[in-house]
Amino acid sequence: MIKETAAALGAKIAAREVSAVEVAQAHLDRISEVDGRVHAFLHVDAEGALKAAREVDAKLDKGEKLGPLAGVPIAVKDVIATKGVPTTAGSKILEGWKPPYDATIMSRMREAGLVMVGKTNMDEFAMGSSTEYSAYGPSFNPWDLTRIPGGSGGGSAAALAAYEAPLAIGTDTGGSIRQPGAVTGTVGAKPTYGGTSRYGLIAFSSSLDTPGPCARTVKDTALLHTVIAGHDPMDSTSIPQPVPDVVAAARLGATGDLTGVKIGLVREFSGEGAEPGVMAAFRDTVEALTKLGAEVVEISAPHFLYALPAYYLIAPSECSSNLARFDGVRFGLRVGDDGKRSLEDVMSMTREAGFGNEVKRRIIVGTYALSSGYYDAYYGQAQKVRTLIARDFAAAFEQVDVLVSPTTPFTAFLLGSRTSDPYQMYLADLYTIPTNLYGGPAISVPCGLSEGLPVGFQVMAPTMADDRMYRVAAAVESVAGTLTPPAL
Amino acid sequence: MATISREEVAHLARLARLAVTDAEIDLFAGQLDGILQAVARVGEVVADDIPPMSHSVPLVNVLREDVIKPSLTPAEALAGAPDAFENRFRVPQILAEEE
Repeated sequence: MIKETAAALGAKIAAREVSAVEVAQAHLDRISEVDGRVHAFLHVDAEGALKAAREVDAKLDKGEKLGPLAGVPIAVKDVIATKGVPTTAGSKILEGWKPPYDATIMSRMREAGLVMVGKTNMDEFAMGSSTEYSAYGPSFNPWDLTRIPGGSGGGSAAALAAYEAPLAIGTDTGGSIRQPGAVTGTVGAKPTYGGTSRYGLIAFSSSLDTPGPCARTVKDTALLHTVIAGHDPMDSTSIPQPVPDVVAAARLGATGDLTGVKIGLVREFSGEGAEPGVMAAFRDTVEALTKLGAEVVEISAPHFLYALPAYYLIAPSECSSNLARFDGVRFGLRVGDDGKRSLEDVMSMTREAGFGNEVKRRIIVGTYALSSGYYDAYYGQAQKVRTLIARDFAAAFEQVDVLVSPTTPFTAFLLGSRTSDPYQMYLADLYTIPTNLYGGPAISVPCGLSEGLPVGFQVMAPTMADDRMYRVAAAVESVAGTLTPPAL
Repeated sequence: MATISREEVAHLARLARLAVTDAEIDLFAGQLDGILQAVARVGEVVADDIPPMSHSVPLVNVLREDVIKPSLTPAEALAGAPDAFENRFRVPQILAEEE
């Protein structure tokens, strides 16, 4: 049962072939069996899951008609506020915090009858590409437990690949949904910025953070996208437009016909610094798409080469401001309050004790980039480069429908191999970051293996054209198939 | 371009209210130097006449109706606080006694 798609499980629950409680219990049992080795979860909410599942079954008993994912288990990244359920963002500074409210996407999932089984591990405050910066220890890649499952949302991706849940929620600021999807052989979509609400998402970089759906198939990803997306008055950057029909687009793509679709290959991402096996799997997939009728052209996006440095100025700048809220006053940790020390000293001691090294590094970089004397050369210049990257996308989308690239330059690396040099870790996001700066949607879908490890294929689309990326991603899936990891 | 000294790291940490240790200053000074040199590459782009982009969504002044809606109770709002007193967040002293 645990290997079924979310769509199939939802259909069986609706048809009363299996109860939501049985489905929840099967996944909770799987978590008990394997999560000691995978460490996808920071918190498993068995009681809450069974209660939610019982409610779905009770509604079906009464003959209520529910949505296609009612009763389907879901794993939620620990950066999403879940009422009464511990939410840490992978940080010691929030250890034991129970949010007094639900994030908008969480409310929507509950309304749709989704059954949350637990909160997943992540790099602290979503800063990282491997989960090794989690204050609670790393997650492990189900394909090879000595390797990273990607980050920051490595827990969500590992939970999918280990069959601990058929659906998961991630958040993508620079690739934190797509890169974990790529290295675990699962699917992850970053919707258009503003297409999914940030209300209740613990902020890292507010102009970039985007919650999104993760699953093992493109169709399941699209079904979850439909549940969580759409305008939210609680988020002032939420786009007041209808959600594109991504499920219909996924169905269309799955027919394997891409006649009339123009696909752009980014010349600047033609493989320098990428593993040969990654590029080979990518090129084979592009070749297969031409056989489905797609027209492939090369596109130049010269400023994409500056996306990584621009991002690693903009995101730390925003984080240095956003993380000021962790001051030991309203929630979380407080250290050093002996009745004699000043507020300022207590704040400084609390933040020193509560934040890990990567968070501290980024706060310091952001503080530097925003300080007078350096602002124009760093943060101001990065914002101008951001404009040029957005213009490169706009120009490209006048010529093609979507852009494609590998999701990440390398497959799952060994735990510990990139933690000593922070910039080596940043390179994992080379191909995913431009989209975040532009604001459009992008998805990673498995396209094969390189030396036995999954390779992700990235499809990028124009703002609010999320349906286009689902169509092409489903076509990729139709030729590349889904990947099955070795038994744990 | 960038070189960052131990003193600068200590100053920035103080501004950011991080009571970093000497060992951390040693570690971060080297790492931050590498990061800042890498990100300083944005300066290679000629962009004098280019407007800055802070955001991808061109929405400004998003307002709501001024109506009362259900919100957290004081007990709920204070439930996660390290210290609370009479419906308030309790904080350590801000001014020393002689100030």
